[in-house]
Amino acid sequence: MSEVIIETVNVQKCFKTGDRQERLVLDSINFKMYEGEIIAVLGKSGSGKSTLLRILSGLTAPSGGTVFYRGQAVNNPVRGIGMVFQTFALLPWLTVLQNVELGLEALGIAKVERHERALKAIDMIGLDGFETALPKELSGGMRQRVGFARALVVNPDVLMMDEPFSALDVLTADNLKSDLLDLWQSKKTGLNAILFVTHSIEEAIAMADRVIVFSADPGSIRSELKITLPFPRSDIDPRFRNQVDRIYTLMTTEPQEEKIQEGMIDLGYRLPEASVSEVTGLLEILNAPEHQGKMDLPDLSNTLMLDIDNLFPLTELLQILRFARVSAGDITITDQGTAFVEADILERKKIFSIHLKKYVPLARYIYDQLVRHPHHRALEENFLSLLEDYFSENEAERVLRTVIEWGRYAELFAYDYNAGVLSLENPH
Amino acid sequence: MPFFRTIWGSSYRTKRFPNYWDVLALFFVLAVITFFAWNAKEMATPYQIGEQMPISLNPKLLPFYAGRTVMRMLIALFISLISTFIFGTWAAKSKRAERIIIPAIDVLQSVPILGFLSVTIALFIALFPGSLLGPECAAVFAIFTSQAWNMIFVFYQTIRAIPADLEDTARMFHLSAWQRFWRIEVPHAMPGLLWNAMASMSAGWFFVVAAEAITVSNQEILLPGIGSFIAVAIQAANMKAIGYAVLTMFIVILIYDQLLFRPLVAWAEKFKPDEQTPEKPIESWVVNLFRRTNLMRDFGVKLTNLFNSFVNIKTFHSSLDQTTRASLRSHWWVGLFWDGLTILLGVSAFLFLAYYIAHNFSLREVAYVFLLGIVTAVRIFILILLCSLLWVPIGIWVGLRPGVSQVAQGVAQILAAFPANLLYPFIVMFIIRYQLNPNIWLSPLMILGSQWYILFNVIAGATVVPKELLRVADNLGVFGFLRSKRVLLPSIFPYYITGAITAAGGAWNASIVAEVVSWGHEKLIAVGLGSYITKYTMSGDFARIVLGISVMCLFVIVINRLVWQPLYAYAESRYLLE
Repeated sequence: MSEVIIETVNVQKCFKTGDRQERLVLDSINFKMYEGEIIAVLGKSGSGKSTLLRILSGLTAPSGGTVFYRGQAVNNPVRGIGMVFQTFALLPWLTVLQNVELGLEALGIAKVERHERALKAIDMIGLDGFETALPKELSGGMRQRVGFARALVVNPDVLMMDEPFSALDVLTADNLKSDLLDLWQSKKTGLNAILFVTHSIEEAIAMADRVIVFSADPGSIRSELKITLPFPRSDIDPRFRNQVDRIYTLMTTEPQEEKIQEGMIDLGYRLPEASVSEVTGLLEILNAPEHQGKMDLPDLSNTLMLDIDNLFPLTELLQILRFARVSAGDITITDQGTAFVEADILERKKIFSIHLKKYVPLARYIYDQLVRHPHHRALEENFLSLLEDYFSENEAERVLRTVIEWGRYAELFAYDYNAGVLSLENPH
Repeated sequence: MPFFRTIWGSSYRTKRFPNYWDVLALFFVLAVITFFAWNAKEMATPYQIGEQMPISLNPKLLPFYAGRTVMRMLIALFISLISTFIFGTWAAKSKRAERIIIPAIDVLQSVPILGFLSVTIALFIALFPGSLLGPECAAVFAIFTSQAWNMIFVFYQTIRAIPADLEDTARMFHLSAWQRFWRIEVPHAMPGLLWNAMASMSAGWFFVVAAEAITVSNQEILLPGIGSFIAVAIQAANMKAIGYAVLTMFIVILIYDQLLFRPLVAWAEKFKPDEQTPEKPIESWVVNLFRRTNLMRDFGVKLTNLFNSFVNIKTFHSSLDQTTRASLRSHWWVGLFWDGLTILLGVSAFLFLAYYIAHNFSLREVAYVFLLGIVTAVRIFILILLCSLLWVPIGIWVGLRPGVSQVAQGVAQILAAFPANLLYPFIVMFIIRYQLNPNIWLSPLMILGSQWYILFNVIAGATVVPKELLRVADNLGVFGFLRSKRVLLPSIFPYYITGAITAAGGAWNASIVAEVVSWGHEKLIAVGLGSYITKYTMSGDFARIVLGISVMCLFVIVINRLVWQPLYAYAESRYLLE
């Protein structure tokens, strides 16, 4: 067995919500990272996977438990861990060369050596000829290459990457991924391990030796899969597809999914960020003659060109409203779903409104409050402060905005943006 | 400018001998150095209070006076920059400092600077007895107060708005606080800081002109400069001299724009992330000169190297890690003590003020000063209304025509920078000749300089009205009044509000010099808070100056809080086009 580089023991993270309340975003994370492996952490958005990465790299302190890096407890950013960001995080006022030199400057390395090492890293990552360019002159892919060069030039032990390819288009991302894998296999970098966070199942399987599947609310390790396919991996290889299906199945049979199926969601449920028109469009595709109301999720994801971050919120809303069922990697339209999608515009609103009131406790709560109020009006702040007991300020706002959009579509209630007032659409 | 482009190519990179631009550049640099050296000598001239500085109305001396005025501006700008770095950073890094600095700046921004001049002059003269440095410092301080506050505020805001991923980068690479400041914080704040410095420069010209010639306690102090030149010309009722001064000022402002701010703004383009880069980048021939001449480019490289070593100075490499920092974090009672101290200071300041005012004045007088404040406020309100009626339609008309608007915007900016107090004599002469009522006809002076803010903000707003909105209006046949009401006015509204706020702020300040004016031996006075402050500044009645200024601060702050801020928030959330 190779040596353990990073180990987490019962790592937990809480964020403050409201006045005295806390929300658990990471719960008892235990895993080990060994020398010579690439690990992918895979999860839906908001599952806490990026928070875990920040904790592992020392940028954020855990609320409980400990992270060990080569036997030492991690409290601060660790020298030896390099980081690549989703948004590249290049300094726009520095040239490519100066950006790459930044980490060496911080180490207090003399100018001549600094220059030499930076040029070598730029060379290695394929940025020759761009040394004097400013980041804004470069395309997204080239910018991320600068991000890699900057992380690698300080000879890190471990490379951590937070969704490093998600801001790039598919071709550029593929190109960069294969270059990175080549570099890793050639062992030119001195890297001993790579850990990256992603929401793309294909990306995880294409690159990683081990995939850690995250489940949300609170974020925890659902399962670990070893991927033993030989490199280079092709995503049309049946064995590859098999792994994709397996992960989809895993992710759609999370404990959270069961909660939805049994109608056990409460006011503090994190409503998915899905718009009415998107889920209606999805239902229309499901209901199309060629699909007969049932589809394989990986197929659906390919058809719609949506990754799981965009697809899962839609399927989640459909499940909550009982318009569709998801199980074992398949999505099936329900009778109510068929009725909804086959109705005309006004009828759709009626059906949506009934389901919204019945299955979304927050929508029902707002509606009841408005009915009870003598003037059928209420300030949005009231609901916001209620939600802030469960979520962070931003998240509370997002959830309220989402439910307001649904409620407006259903004509359940009206909303005045300027006054911040909710009212009954048709007071009785 | 094809002339500047001729040498742009790959071949010149290898040339080591100076090209013809180098000669020009050399002259340029030498002239700048000489200018500084000459000024340093002049400023330290010995001086006694009461001694008259001879100001000659000979137009040949005007370049000399202009040079002195410019020097004051530069010094003030430099000091503002240093204080910005210190206080802006401090407020952004320390919660406790933030709680004191930010509200203080908020108030200081609304204080009528000219009212304070009399107080600060007394202070500085006491600091540097027997030297001209005292009044010089007071003048520089007046300019400083007109720009430092919003520079500090912008710097603080931008530091706090540094993208989280850049912060993380700095932490992951263990940048020292010093490196982080120069590599991340200062560059990030640069465009906003420059823009603000440029905008407050306009106010600066106004104050330097007013501050150079001031009467305190019946003592007239004249510092050599354009402001004094004008003051002397007014006393002598010399129209020709005033004409020369106005011309000189125009040239000086143009040079300032071309040699200082335009190059800086063009250079600062590189600090902006790409999404903020305008389609047509700002050009400056000075920057081109630097980038395209061998000598200057070498100089630039040297400068960059120097800056790099400056950033990487070993002494400033603090090895304080977060853990040690955390252990340094103070106990709760330190926070409590600090809060207590802040409150105590605030309360005692209030008590002192209340006692001072109650001790020196009757309730009647305080009420009278409040009444004067209302008079001035009404005057400003009417002026803003009139200016809006005039400039909003013109601004929209200009802004919708790209060819016209580019020229007009440049002109309006120069006009805004031009110190309007230089133009007062022309209007005063007019009033005297036709025996007009000063209470009405002096009012326009207050808005003379700041009305341009309304114009160029409206132009800016109108130029960014999306073309498709106009096409939709055409398509639906929305013309005339309906077009203004539904399309044009709403889309410029946030810009207009910004302009109106700036114009009103400027008008309060200008009221101190605009409500009392003279021409030769004739003196015109309009009833108002501004003339009250000026009157007691001249006679040196410090208690009444304090009362006048306090009331004016109160008015400005209350109006800002109750009128402008809610309006601005509304305009921003409702009408700002993404």
